[in-house]
Amino acid sequence: MQFHSPATFVEAAALAAEAQGVTRFLAGGTDVLVQLRSDMVTPDTLIDIKKIGGVRDIKLNDDGSWTLGVAVSGAEMNEHGPLRAAWPGLCEAMDLIGSTQIQGRATLAGNLCNGSPAADSVPAMVAACVTATITGPQGERTVAVESIPTGPGLTSLEKGELISALHIPARGENAGDAYLRFIPRTEMDIAVVGAAVNLRLDGDTITEARVALGAVAPTVRLVPEAAEALIGSTLDDGALEKLVAACSAACSPIDDKRGTIAFRTEVAGVMAKRAARIAYARAKGETIEGHHG
Amino acid sequence: MSKIHVTTTVNGDEMEFLCDPRETLLDVLRDRLNLTGAKEGCGTGDCGACSVTMNGRLVCSCLVLGAEAEGAEIATVEGIAQGDRLHPLQRKFIEHAALQCGICTPGILVAAKALLEKHPDPTEEQVRFWLAGNLCRCTGYDKIIRAVMDAAAEMREAA
Repeated sequence: MQFHSPATFVEAAALAAEAQGVTRFLAGGTDVLVQLRSDMVTPDTLIDIKKIGGVRDIKLNDDGSWTLGVAVSGAEMNEHGPLRAAWPGLCEAMDLIGSTQIQGRATLAGNLCNGSPAADSVPAMVAACVTATITGPQGERTVAVESIPTGPGLTSLEKGELISALHIPARGENAGDAYLRFIPRTEMDIAVVGAAVNLRLDGDTITEARVALGAVAPTVRLVPEAAEALIGSTLDDGALEKLVAACSAACSPIDDKRGTIAFRTEVAGVMAKRAARIAYARAKGETIEGHHG
Repeated sequence: MSKIHVTTTVNGDEMEFLCDPRETLLDVLRDRLNLTGAKEGCGTGDCGACSVTMNGRLVCSCLVLGAEAEGAEIATVEGIAQGDRLHPLQRKFIEHAALQCGICTPGILVAAKALLEKHPDPTEEQVRFWLAGNLCRCTGYDKIIRAVMDAAAEMREAA
């Protein structure tokens, strides 16, 4: 195995483009090293991207948007008060992943590129309209995060391409987000269902919404019908009923030891409803802890 | 395969080693630096027996490559006591019999020390969540939690 620690993303992309066999990028390593140690994926080339400048930075831009370096860990996100205040749902989704030890290393970009349909941070990123800058041999491009995972363990990244930054929009006024997952215990588990809601209000009326579901399809799924159920409503019972129906209709889950198809399909609606209530309350300016924090 | 030369700091001492690119920091600590406090339990980041801090951040050393330790500051259980003087956490673990077989203990001590540096006055719930990544199959956890709470109280008084 070749180990590289390039100083720039352009250099990292060039190394990956020229490499033979299996290539992996190493940020937090909480998936790459598990796969390496259990002989699931043995890279011929491993490219550590943590020596690249700025990869640990959480930057608040002048327009209120955020630029996150690709090696920012979950712990660093959740220790950042202003980021947590702006995007509590996204930060809590990341915080749900693994133990304190895992939080010290795990990254949003890694969670995205691992391609797990059950990745907790991904529905929250999709709901939040997060975009990714991708650096590759052809230069840079910026895409919506939902276009990156294409199936379990698969991404749309081409040979030599890697995520070089994540962009979170400005939070703006009267808006809130939330992510909830169902697991059969309180901690240290993989989502059976995950649901993220991000919305904006004008008075009591929802004017913008995004709803994304995890662990109920081969990829995390953005559900526009669920968002449409919310937009124009005051989160009344009728709107919540439509939200639940739209979420269940968007599910095409698997049956496994964690949950049956019927269970996941029903719980997706329940989680989305609860997440919508939290997001709505946050948009109203209430402070709500989504979980243990 | 060519080995990688790494210079790092472990418990305040500068150390150098050569390692294979696939070797984990845990392998390096145990097999090259003879620091066998960190234990290999699962090897996949689930059990926490290999917990160390890297640049002040609690990590599973089985999920860090030795090569990543270049220029880093590593702290292991070997650095917790001051010579013969045990750390309050170590004393309280003995007093409360917060261990039985002892395999998980080094990782839990390192993790608990990291917790108390960040939260000197934690709630029991905070301690339980913080240590959720450190598995113990002997004690049922209650004694561990009591030892950590008691050590925290003593350290606050001393501070």
